[in-house]
Parts: sequence; structure tokens; C-alpha cells
Amino acid sequence: MKRATTDPWWARWLLVGITLAFIVVFLIFPVCVILVEALKRGLEFYFSALGEKHSTSAIRMTLLVAITVVPLNTIFGVCAAWAITHFKFPGKSLLISAIEIPLWVSPVVGGLVFALIFGRRGWLGTWLETHDIQILFAFPGIVLATAFVTFPFVARGLIPLMQAQGSAEEEAALTLGANGWQLFWRVTFPKIKWGVLYGMILCNARAMGEFGAVSVVAGSVDDKMTMPLQIENYYQSLSGGGLSRAFALASILLLLSAITLAIKIGLEWRHIVPRLNQASKPPLAH
Amino acid sequence: MSVAVSHISKRFETQAHRFVPALRDVSLEVQTGELLALLGPSGSGKTTLLRIIAGLEVADAGQVFFSNEDVTEKSAYERKAGFVFQSYALFQHMSVFENIAFGLRVLPRKKRPNSAAIEKRVTELLGLIQLEGYEKRLPSQLSGGQRQRVALARALAIEPRVLLLDEPFGALDAKVRKDLRKWLRHFHDQTHLTSLFVTHDQDEAFELADRVVIFNEGRIQQIGAPSELRQNPSNDFVREFLEV
Repeated sequence: MKRATTDPWWARWLLVGITLAFIVVFLIFPVCVILVEALKRGLEFYFSALGEKHSTSAIRMTLLVAITVVPLNTIFGVCAAWAITHFKFPGKSLLISAIEIPLWVSPVVGGLVFALIFGRRGWLGTWLETHDIQILFAFPGIVLATAFVTFPFVARGLIPLMQAQGSAEEEAALTLGANGWQLFWRVTFPKIKWGVLYGMILCNARAMGEFGAVSVVAGSVDDKMTMPLQIENYYQSLSGGGLSRAFALASILLLLSAITLAIKIGLEWRHIVPRLNQASKPPLAH
Repeated sequence: MSVAVSHISKRFETQAHRFVPALRDVSLEVQTGELLALLGPSGSGKTTLLRIIAGLEVADAGQVFFSNEDVTEKSAYERKAGFVFQSYALFQHMSVFENIAFGLRVLPRKKRPNSAAIEKRVTELLGLIQLEGYEKRLPSQLSGGQRQRVALARALAIEPRVLLLDEPFGALDAKVRKDLRKWLRHFHDQTHLTSLFVTHDQDEAFELADRVVIFNEGRIQQIGAPSELRQNPSNDFVREFLEV
């Protein structure tokens, strides 16, 4: 049977073909290159490259940064989404736009801002130096830069979600005597928890992979490097096996991304697919 | 308990710096044990008044009293007026049981009943709304009339001093609406819980309420028993609205 919406066979094949070609060239091929290059000098070299001090400290740093930044931005994102959807205040639409600034601004510029504020010749540089507080070229600086870049991820997903849900259930909870804390944990959070988790996953993926912003504030101090920076470092080094080391470390970053992606897909299967099925079922009668 | 509002005014900002008055200097008293209807065309301010009494909306001017206590400055969760929403506003992720138990579970520890007492109370209320055996269902698995009854039971669980109902039967079909109306009148005759409900349906107001308040454009046009309003409409609006 021919339906009115059916496109001719060649159009379907063309569109599917273009999509597949893009996926192969831009996604699958690079992943294969990483794996091939990483293992080029054999498994033994691969594991010794990963066991090197530079590699392990970079892996540790990246995980530490992600563990610090993701909760920070989650708390911020939930607060911002709550404020925007439940309160009226002047400048609200401006705030919504402001949250997205990190998406428009080049990450390098974001990093430079922190360098300008906390750097030795920056606004707070002298004060920080006299109090012996190190922000730039250290863990706090990397966290700040990463937090800046991943700032919008949780909030941006939650705002439309919470706006769509409205505040009727929250109002009902209020009239039943729930205080703000109970209201959030018993009524609002169960409605938004998958949205929050989804935002956290995106935030985490970006936090682990960020290069530009972090490269400005991390400088070139060897043991203060994240994985993307160390990969670049290996890649640029002229010593033999630099390339293979770079790809070995890249493969770990790839593994972390794959785990994140798997969690994301798992979540979608568990919570979005059942909901779609449920929506198509009629409600039970009396 | 009686409920009174005194010189309440409220305007809403529609666009930046453009205001629409919703209530203009409204004063009203609901006597203890009374079932009072707020009747008026949509947009006349009756729902806004109900929300101000519950504490969900803040008036620009005027006071709200529960008995002789001035609750104007108290938040909704301190007032704990039983409120039934037009769209039910049931907690979608909670079972019928948990919906009804909610108000008891959020009580401060000292006042919170133990789980056996909560179960007893919820079972009692399920009997009252004739939904025994439905406690494990989710709101999405109930019909409109059933949802509205759960919403009512949820509001009653905290033993509110006053019951506020916003177009409680508005979203239901005619048959269910009539049944529920009868049920509510019967319930009120038994409990004499001071109640205030908003409606734009004249039959509903006249059949249910002891007294009816007619609203238009943010002002009270007339207050009186149904028969009184029909016999002596005080102005043209009331006369036209009631078509007498």
C-alpha cells in the first residue's frame, strides 16, 4: 500500500546514505583510529603508557574535576530552574539568556577571564599571592574553568521541563502543610529526577573532555593536567612513542565517554520508552 | 470556624507595567458551618479570592481572618486550608494512598501520627469517597470523578478548618457532576465543615450552597440565599446573570 507520506525509494536511500556516511566518517572512523593507534606498539606498551606517572595523574585529575564540578553545577542548575519557574522577578528573561553565555563564548575566552581575575597580574593576583592561595595553574582554577563551560547543562534541560509541569502539585503540597524542603524532595524532585540525571550526564561528559578553557588556566604544570591536556602534551612531545601514548590515554577518555553514553541510553530506555508506551494506553475506566 | 476577608484588593500585571484589577475592595464573611458559593462569569475574580484565602496568592491590600485570627501574613503551609483544585493537582508519581496520606506525612514529627494511624485514617477516607480497593492505583489510572474524590480526600486528611473548592466539578461530565454534587452536599450536612466553592454554574451554586455570592469584575454584586437572590436581585447585572 502506498501512503501519501511515503517518499520515493531513492530519496529514502539518499538520506539514509548521507546520514550513514557522515556517521562513519566523523564518528566511527576516528574511534577506530584511536584504538588502532593506541594499540600499535602492542598491549604491553599500551598498559605501560597508561601506568606512567603523567597518565595516572591526568586520569586522577580529570575524575576529581568531574566529581567536583558535576555536583556544583547540579545544585546550581536545580536552584536556577526552580527560581526561574516558580518566582516572578525583574530581569528573569535576562537570567535565562545569561545562563547560556558559556555556550556562546569560546571556552578559551572563558578560561582567559579567570586568568585575568586570578592571575599574578590580575585583579585579585596580588591579594592571593600575599595570602598564599593558588588558584591558577592548580586544581581550583581547573574546576572554575570547567564549571564555567558546563554551567548551562543541568539548568537548560530543567527549565523547559519544570515550566511544562507547572506548579499545581507544588501548590497542593503547600496547602497540605508541606514546607519548602518537603515540597522539593517529595513533590518536585520525583518529577524532575530523570531530567536532573540527564543534565548531570551531559555535564559530566563535557567536564571530562574540556580542553580550551582548562588549557588556559592549567598552564603547563605537569602534574596539574587533565586528560585532554596530557593527551595534547604527549602528542606534541618529540620522544618516541608520544603518539601512541597520546592515543592510549585518549582511549581511556573514549572509554569514559562510552560509559557515560551507555548510562544515558540506559536511562532513555528505562524511562522514556515506558512512558511513551503508557501514553498510548487509554486510562482505565471506572 | 468562620472565614472573613476584609477590603481585599488585587491586581495582576499582564505585561510589563500594565495592570488588570482582579479584586476591588472585597469584604465577605463565611459563617461557621456554612456552605458558600462564589458565583460569577469567568474572569470575575472569584478564583483569585479563593487563592488569597488559601494563601496561594498575596493580596495587594486587605486582610484575611480565620475565626478571629489574622492570617494575612501567614503562608499557605501555615494556614492549611483544605484546597481542592479544578485540575485536581494530584501527585502523579504517588499512589492514591500516598496522595491522601501526604498531609499527614509532612506533619512535624511531634504531631505526625504513626504509620498504623495514617493507614487507619486513609482507609477511613477511602471509604468516605467510596474508593476502597483503589489505594495502590496511580492518579493516571483513575477516571475524572475518581480523581476529584481523591483530591477531596487528600484535602480532608489534614482535618482542615475550612474547605476551599475551585470549580470542583468543572472538568467532569454532567452525570458524574450531579452525583458528586449530591455527595458533597450530603458530606457537608454531616460534617458542617465551613466550605467555600467557586463555580460559574448557576444550578450548581443554587442547589448546593446555603448562601451565594455573586461576583462581577472583581466586585461582590450581591450576597444572599438562593431564593432571596432570585426574588430580589439588587442590580441589573444580577438580574441579567440569573435571568430573572
